[in-house]
Amino acid sequence: MGFLAVPLLGLLNQTPWGHLLAELTTPIALQALRLSLVCSLGAVAVSLLLGVPLAFVLARVEFPGRNFVRALTTLSMVLPPVVGGVALLLAFGRRGLVGRWLDEAFGITLPFTTAGAILAEAFVAMPFLVISTEAGLRAMDRRYEDAAATLGAGRWLTFRRVTLPLIAPSLGAGVALCWARALGEFGATITFAGNLPGVTQTMPLAVYIALETDLQAAIALSLVLLVVSLAVLISLRDRWFPTA
Amino acid sequence: MLRSRIRVAAALAVAALVLAACGGSDDNTSSGGSSASPAEIKVFAAASLTAAFTKIGEDFTAANGTKVTLNFAGSQALATQIQQAAPADVFASADITNMDKVKDLAGPPQIFASNQLQIVVEKGNPKGVKGLDDLANPDLKVVLAAPDVPVGKYSQQALEKAGVTVKPVSQEQDVKAVVSKVSLGEADAGIVYTTDVTAGGDKVEGVDIPEDQNVVATYPIATVKASKAPDQAQAFMDYVLSDQGQQVLKSYGFGPPPTS
Repeated sequence: MGFLAVPLLGLLNQTPWGHLLAELTTPIALQALRLSLVCSLGAVAVSLLLGVPLAFVLARVEFPGRNFVRALTTLSMVLPPVVGGVALLLAFGRRGLVGRWLDEAFGITLPFTTAGAILAEAFVAMPFLVISTEAGLRAMDRRYEDAAATLGAGRWLTFRRVTLPLIAPSLGAGVALCWARALGEFGATITFAGNLPGVTQTMPLAVYIALETDLQAAIALSLVLLVVSLAVLISLRDRWFPTA
Repeated sequence: MLRSRIRVAAALAVAALVLAACGGSDDNTSSGGSSASPAEIKVFAAASLTAAFTKIGEDFTAANGTKVTLNFAGSQALATQIQQAAPADVFASADITNMDKVKDLAGPPQIFASNQLQIVVEKGNPKGVKGLDDLANPDLKVVLAAPDVPVGKYSQQALEKAGVTVKPVSQEQDVKAVVSKVSLGEADAGIVYTTDVTAGGDKVEGVDIPEDQNVVATYPIATVKASKAPDQAQAFMDYVLSDQGQQVLKSYGFGPPPTS
């Protein structure tokens, strides 16, 4: 416990409480805060768009190789983030497998753009959403869906009014974890999207840069991330730390 | 049950905090059983010195017997590490500004090499970059080092001399990262040292920057005061300044220390 607590206490100990607000409202800090918010929410949106259908397929559809697909989905969760960044470069970089086609056909390049940062964050954060949602789908009682069908509800109506409310807790937890992971993403972002204030320099990158020039700013930004992480954990406390 | 667990956890946290407060503020002078035996030194060197210092380290070990462990990064990162009491014995920076950052923690510095800038592009120069003026082209993806990195600062100086404004697509933390973005094909051009273009291999080539726009980079080296092997550290520094060390640096494309 001391091993985990001391670094956090060290951070609190060195925080420049006096001029905290001044540190957090410099142009660089504000850009980083805004960018982090935009990119992490964007990553959650991408994860919802791609992850929820994927969770459905994994939970409901029996197909050969399902276990393999499930393993593949969670791969980016355990992959070292920098390795994820390299993989993204090889896939979506200007010379990459898919990136080359995107560049030639549409003139779209993803590295060095905010969209690239969103992609990098979504890549590492989506598994959290998929796993949590899939668990919720598996655990729910499907008879409610059957009942809705016998009462004449279409598939979309059933999904909206029956399934979603039933998996809401799992989905909510998945979204929270996904968002927290996306917010804290560093390795894949700096490798794939690059580092430019206002475009790709999210908060973790800004902290890393500030460490070398302005320690006070780095600590102030770190504190914000720490508070956000704590807030996410507290909101999830009933799921992770069941109060007996 | 939960109450007593919380009490134990709180007690542990307080104990850890007390330990940290006691041991944290002193620098690592009297840590018991220093693992670095006198026959080993740690050299913190600018990223652009990677190839040259690796060779010098090998030669020094062969001549002296002392093992040399090298830590390459942007000079600004190394200076910060030294300020945070990282265990360095020698510090070789790519500019005087970062050496000044640690002047209270290091011995008197000496200039041991110089370098010049070059534009790095992909092999074959597909975008036809001819000079600094071309870097202002908004369709070109230019990568520069961050302004706090020595080569980033020198790049800004060269661009100012040429009267060119460049909007980079990314600001990298050391010169090797700039080279790698170009050699990967992600960026079209970057500004690095001439030595890095050579070290970059077949994937990159250099475009010269004329003398009147170019900048001379000066590299100082110094021993770190908190070193546990001060004699060996000094020996390494002397070796770098000696004929053998200078010969190796020259073979990797570095210039001699400016005489002025």
